[in-house]
Amino acid sequence: MRRLGGSAALRRSTLLRSLGLVAAGAVVLALVSEGLGAYDNLELATGAYYFAVLAGLTVLVGVSGQISLGHGGLMAVGAYTVVLLIGNEQWALVPALAAAVVVTSLVGIPVGAAASRLRGPYLAGATLAFAVGLPALADKFPATFGGENGLTINPPTPPSFLGASFELERWEAWIACAGALIVLFVLYNLLHSGFGRALRAVRDDEIAASLCGLRVGRAQTLAFILSAGCAGLGGGLLAVVLQLATPGAFPLELSLTLLTGVVLGGLGSLAGAIWGAAVLVLLPSWTNDLAHSFSLSANVENNLPFAIYGLVLIGAMLVWPSGIQGGVRELGGRLRRLRAHRVAER
Amino acid sequence: MEPRELARGTGLSVHEITVSFAGITALEHVSVDVAPGEVLGVIGPNGAGKTTLFNVICGFVAPQSGALRWRGEPLGRIRPDRLAALRIARTLQGVGLFPHLTVLENVTVGATRFRRAGLGSALLGLPRSDRDERALRERARAALAQLGCENIDERLPGTLPYAVQKRVALARALVCEPELLLLDEPAGGLDARELSDLAKLVASLGSSVAVMLVEHHMDFVTSVCDRVVVLDFGRVIADDVPRAIQQDPHVLEAYLGRDADTGDGLGAEARATDARG
Ligand SMILES: Nc1ncnc2c1ncn2[C@@H]1O[C@H](COP(=O)(O)OP(=O)(O)OP(=O)(O)O)[C@@H](O)[C@H]1O
Ligand SMILES: [Mg+2]
Repeated sequence: MRRLGGSAALRRSTLLRSLGLVAAGAVVLALVSEGLGAYDNLELATGAYYFAVLAGLTVLVGVSGQISLGHGGLMAVGAYTVVLLIGNEQWALVPALAAAVVVTSLVGIPVGAAASRLRGPYLAGATLAFAVGLPALADKFPATFGGENGLTINPPTPPSFLGASFELERWEAWIACAGALIVLFVLYNLLHSGFGRALRAVRDDEIAASLCGLRVGRAQTLAFILSAGCAGLGGGLLAVVLQLATPGAFPLELSLTLLTGVVLGGLGSLAGAIWGAAVLVLLPSWTNDLAHSFSLSANVENNLPFAIYGLVLIGAMLVWPSGIQGGVRELGGRLRRLRAHRVAER
Repeated sequence: MEPRELARGTGLSVHEITVSFAGITALEHVSVDVAPGEVLGVIGPNGAGKTTLFNVICGFVAPQSGALRWRGEPLGRIRPDRLAALRIARTLQGVGLFPHLTVLENVTVGATRFRRAGLGSALLGLPRSDRDERALRERARAALAQLGCENIDERLPGTLPYAVQKRVALARALVCEPELLLLDEPAGGLDARELSDLAKLVASLGSSVAVMLVEHHMDFVTSVCDRVVVLDFGRVIADDVPRAIQQDPHVLEAYLGRDADTGDGLGAEARATDARG
């Protein structure tokens, strides 16, 4: 057998590429987290669990062509699963997070099966009802879910081999980033497999896809379940980072914000989900700072961040109609053409 | 028009199919057979029920009565996504390619029935999934090469000339190695040279493939079809060799009756409807 060069092996093996990506990501994130203080590490952790949710949502919306206004509700399922298992049942962190993925995926089965039969506004409506209804359950059964105040757990303790001075916030960032990297691994593999192509085919033309032998409803349901699992992991990580699950943490607004994140980042791309997560973490605090820098009356000042937020989103969509990642790709293409042009001129 | 007897266990047999949509009878007691190696043309004025007949065979439309048999087995209420496994492929009226998938990806989707690796190995990125992918892509490349579509693997369908898109669509149908090929207006929008290429291709499919094609282009139908079925208002009004069809008084009446002012029969109908692509 002929020995393959490194780059040829990379081209041939999806696994090598996805593992390489995860390893590079782990190194970068560890270095970044090393340089950040406690507050910024919490922001990093927030970005990481947003990424887990957005990556799953971008596959659902951008790749399989469905929509969900219910992903905030699915995050709630993951968060409550983790808090109940760690708080009441003394489960360890990793099995509790794994259980959050499993439980949320199971919840995703009927929702996904219903979703694959619905189109457009009906699908949006059904998932919307899910987002609104699910957190309300927590109020309905206060004995189990703690009502308005929710449930709390103890913070995770950094393992002793990391040293006594290892900050809690840094450890939380590591946990959330590990979850994000697992999502990256699985979804990268998915998108580079025949199944990813099948989802895109179903999105483009259901009739042609079924004539090619693809089971349209099944593919759509699977996409929903996978995306639900990612949202469950994201929600579980949120609960670990905040040590809290309350109904108020998962308002309808959250589901809408998540959709904004995937569209703004660039639909259907994992890199876009990274941009989206960064925007969701950074934009609110930037708009806040900006609003307060004008020194206006409290009334205006408190509402200004929302106005700026909206304006930035509208502006961004006008400048980058296919999201930030779309803009980056276009810029890359332009630079490449420019370089080719220079080479040709020589 | 007695339907010809098929050797037991071969070909497609459509028996006494009736379909109505809210009062309109789209097909009425339609019986048609296609044998392996045979090329059957289905013609008829607009709205005659040609596409509906294809939709019944593919399971998109449930007939009120009648039965279908494929290779001797009842087709029953077949789901469209099971057809490829039964070696039935169809091209859609127009082009019907996936607009955001490259040419190679489009054709690879057509090879879905050869997929072996499961979802688990796809999610974990296992070598088994990669090997499967390479095998499917090889099949797709071979199908594209068979149709003379080389060096366009990475192009998006929308960037290609219409005739090339139609060939890619045909490659996507052929890549699953069908034994029954349903072509809905394959000649629409093609020029004379492309038509003769298509005719050669259909002729070269071999004795194991049954072809059923809906077409308005009469010269093309005459040159490639062994037999022609004429539908009018959902009924079979003729079933014969092309030469006999062109002289059949019922057929001439069906076409002339509707475009009396365009004058010259089948030729005029063919030209009038060709432009729709
Ligand atoms: N899904 C449907 N619902 C209601 N009526 C339909 C449906 N599909 C077809 N029809 C009707 O059935 C009749 C046959 O239509 P069909 O599309 O089979 O004609 P066709 O022979 O393919 O015509 P064309 O040459 O225009 O493609 C028409 O009157 C059409 O309006
Ligand atoms: Mg038609």
